[in-house]
Amino acid sequence: MNFDPRFSGRKFSSVGTRPIRPDGVDKVTGRARYGADFNMAGQLVGRVLRSPHAHAKILKIDTSKAEKLAGVKAVITAADLPDLTDGDSAMYDVLDNCMARTKALYDGHAVAAVAAVDARTARQALKLIEVDYELLPHVTDVDEAMKHTAPLINDTLFTEGLEEKPVKPSNVTKRSQFGHGDVHQGFGHADFIVERSFKTEQTHQGYIEPHACVASVSSDGTADLWVCTQGHFVYRQHCAQLLGLEASKLRVTSSEIGGGFGGKTHVWAEPVALALSRKAGRPVKLVMTRDEVFRASGPTSATSIDVKIGARKDGTITAAEATLRYSSGPYAGTWAEIGAMTAFACYKLDNVKTVGFEVLVNRPKTAAYRAPSAPMAAFAVESAVDELAKEIGMDPVDFRIKNAAQEGTRSSYGPVYGPIGIGPTLEAAKTHPHMKAPLGKNQGRGMACGFWFNFGGQTCVDLNIGMDGSVSLAVGTVDVGGSRASLSLVAAEELGIDYAQLKAVVADTSSLGYNDMTDGSRGTFSSSMATISAARNAIKILRDRAAQTWDIPVDDVVWENGHAIAKGEKYGNLAALSLKEIAAASGKTGGPIAGHSELVADGAGVSFATHICDIEVDPETGAARVVRYTVIQDAGKAVHPTYVEGQYQGGAAQGIGWALNEEYIYGKDGRLQNAGFLDYRIPVCSDLPMIDTQILEIPNPNHPYGVRGVGETSIVPPLAAIANAVSNAAGVRMTHIPMSPPRILAAIEAERGG
Amino acid sequence: MAGVAVSTTINGDHVEYLCQPDETLLDVLRDRLGLTGAKEGCGTGDCGACSIILDNRLVCSCLVLGAEAEGRIVETVEGMAHGDQLHPLQQKFLEHAALQCGICTPGFLIAAKDLLAKNPDPTEEEIRFGLAGNLCRCTGYDKIVRAVQDAATVMKKGV
Repeated sequence: MNFDPRFSGRKFSSVGTRPIRPDGVDKVTGRARYGADFNMAGQLVGRVLRSPHAHAKILKIDTSKAEKLAGVKAVITAADLPDLTDGDSAMYDVLDNCMARTKALYDGHAVAAVAAVDARTARQALKLIEVDYELLPHVTDVDEAMKHTAPLINDTLFTEGLEEKPVKPSNVTKRSQFGHGDVHQGFGHADFIVERSFKTEQTHQGYIEPHACVASVSSDGTADLWVCTQGHFVYRQHCAQLLGLEASKLRVTSSEIGGGFGGKTHVWAEPVALALSRKAGRPVKLVMTRDEVFRASGPTSATSIDVKIGARKDGTITAAEATLRYSSGPYAGTWAEIGAMTAFACYKLDNVKTVGFEVLVNRPKTAAYRAPSAPMAAFAVESAVDELAKEIGMDPVDFRIKNAAQEGTRSSYGPVYGPIGIGPTLEAAKTHPHMKAPLGKNQGRGMACGFWFNFGGQTCVDLNIGMDGSVSLAVGTVDVGGSRASLSLVAAEELGIDYAQLKAVVADTSSLGYNDMTDGSRGTFSSSMATISAARNAIKILRDRAAQTWDIPVDDVVWENGHAIAKGEKYGNLAALSLKEIAAASGKTGGPIAGHSELVADGAGVSFATHICDIEVDPETGAARVVRYTVIQDAGKAVHPTYVEGQYQGGAAQGIGWALNEEYIYGKDGRLQNAGFLDYRIPVCSDLPMIDTQILEIPNPNHPYGVRGVGETSIVPPLAAIANAVSNAAGVRMTHIPMSPPRILAAIEAERGG
Repeated sequence: MAGVAVSTTINGDHVEYLCQPDETLLDVLRDRLGLTGAKEGCGTGDCGACSIILDNRLVCSCLVLGAEAEGRIVETVEGMAHGDQLHPLQQKFLEHAALQCGICTPGFLIAAKDLLAKNPDPTEEEIRFGLAGNLCRCTGYDKIVRAVQDAATVMKKGV
């Protein structure tokens, strides 16, 4: 069917309103079912044994004592998850991360698992498993890991992307490069040059719901998996491949998800739970502890970044260059590559060059975290941009406006931009009341910009019209923050009916075609595109049924405000038929009425934001407090503005935590020392002020309603905005995130002493 | 290990159960009684997702043993609404979109209920410190604080 995804500039009646979400009441009454809230008859409790070592050869695993313990129904090791990846090295890494095969590669790496009748028996069984390790030297720091003298984590990996093929294996798995022009020449034209090195520590997405699933494998080769995930279709593919199941026989149901932020985009415990269930012949529930979530699931990269930017006296940037080193855990990744793409994406540059290095370390496998890799690059670049503005003597907002990318600019990572929001967010920041508000003692103001690509991808939607005229919308993108509400608004808009007439659900993998994950801020963008397409397909049928009823040509029937209308004076005596009336008669006019859509949502419009913050620094303790915070971001079109604001506020809060507090702390023994919410402190209510938001709407030309993804960009500017504010408050340039009190105090004392 | 027989009151109902001596009240609620509104986010009393009210005191049910509920009064999120009438806090959380993923919501509702019972007219700062034992990773707390402020206003009026 010919679906035209281009922006049409229509007037909206439902889109842009703020109704209560369809899943709301269940979530305030405790009825909503999350990963750990589901049970099956006869289910066992699964638990995982983890390596206490950062790097060790697994010589032998003796499970015999555990197997003999009363109540233990299955014990598995890597031998129970044979390698079926058939040369697919990325999937092999997933398999190895689920269950260590020959080496434990980080503190927390799974080495065995048990299923038992209850949690206590399972815990006892873990203690009875004997693992012989041969300890190997380890490395957890990204810069240390790059040295030639560093312990090799995987001696089969050679650096990709070098001009000459390396002869020795390396912890640097890939070099990538982006840019255009000639930076050497560009720096030659600069009157001012700022050059600095930055570091950021590893953080965790910090979702409050630990990974949880219930797996049930039957002896006939069919299986069910209930799981909290951002992408149940992807989980099905991965689990089926690793377990040797047929994908269509593995039904995956996504539970309500208690936060993911990228951390629930890859399988982890699910293949283990399925393997336990297969061996035990019973359903198995596997829920991670918080300690396991920190030690073994998705942290972000730790980074080390060098930035050099040059500009003329008039404020024009002449060249920009960055070298970015990102840790990827013990497996090859593409995190530095993404960082290198995003680093200078806000600016119009004639000469730009970024180089990324992916670095193996003995830490958990790096996973996506909200605009993955972009916040660290923005921290380094936006700090240097601020410093350069200061050296030139320009206002930091004006300096950025002068160099901001525009429609037609060739981006630093290649593509030419369409209509974009970086300039408008900066102009809005310039005139925002926050910018003019007086500052108190020891307070400083900072601002910074951020960019994220946004993704589209494979999407499938079913829209079914009941005989009572109510509409059910089955989508395949997991709802992480209100997308069922926004997609219902879109369907209501397109059909011309009331929001209350609709109910959106997330369908399981056996009930709907394949959908990519809810990642890359694609949930509302791509599923709304498919919803519009599905609704238009349903409207074609509705018009056809009305035409049949009236016995007139379908081309004479139009759809307006939820009604079929016979167009033309000759039909003056035909009263409009409502969706409800057409649905009621559907049994006699050709059967059920539905609209379906399967598409690849291309053209996700890029996203930009500008943040402003005021920070107060206690010069005696080095403690920094956020006094005021403002987020300005382009949404394309805010379908449900309240949830758009929520995304802006949530990303800012995560960025604040990252900037000021959060970090993985490893001991010399390579063990994680703060695997809990007490010592890995995310912002609490009393740490934060209200977070003001301003939604700009620069329509995405590639979406019928102009929608852009909104979920991720808000975490990109905070690290830099806060660093710039701290710099202005305390008179010291902070180059190491998080800016915890000891780091700020040390910088202040160095400045005083120096 | 022999089970402990417990007789208690949960959301106004008399309840009896057997539990292990080392079993937490959170596990009893979730696994034995099917009250899965309280969530386990950490198991160490740091996140507040398992908040309940025990004899008019806000506690993390992961830090209370099931056996300790003997003869006491337990309130969970499942007991907040009266029939189909939501508690004002529940209603205001919906209206203000004070939840995104919703996993922390039962804990916040219980903590806010306890806060307003003790301080019906809290300042923003008192709300922020009153809810500082509950972690939310989605919202940045802005809309949660506003929902509690609005609910406090409604509850004072007795609407």
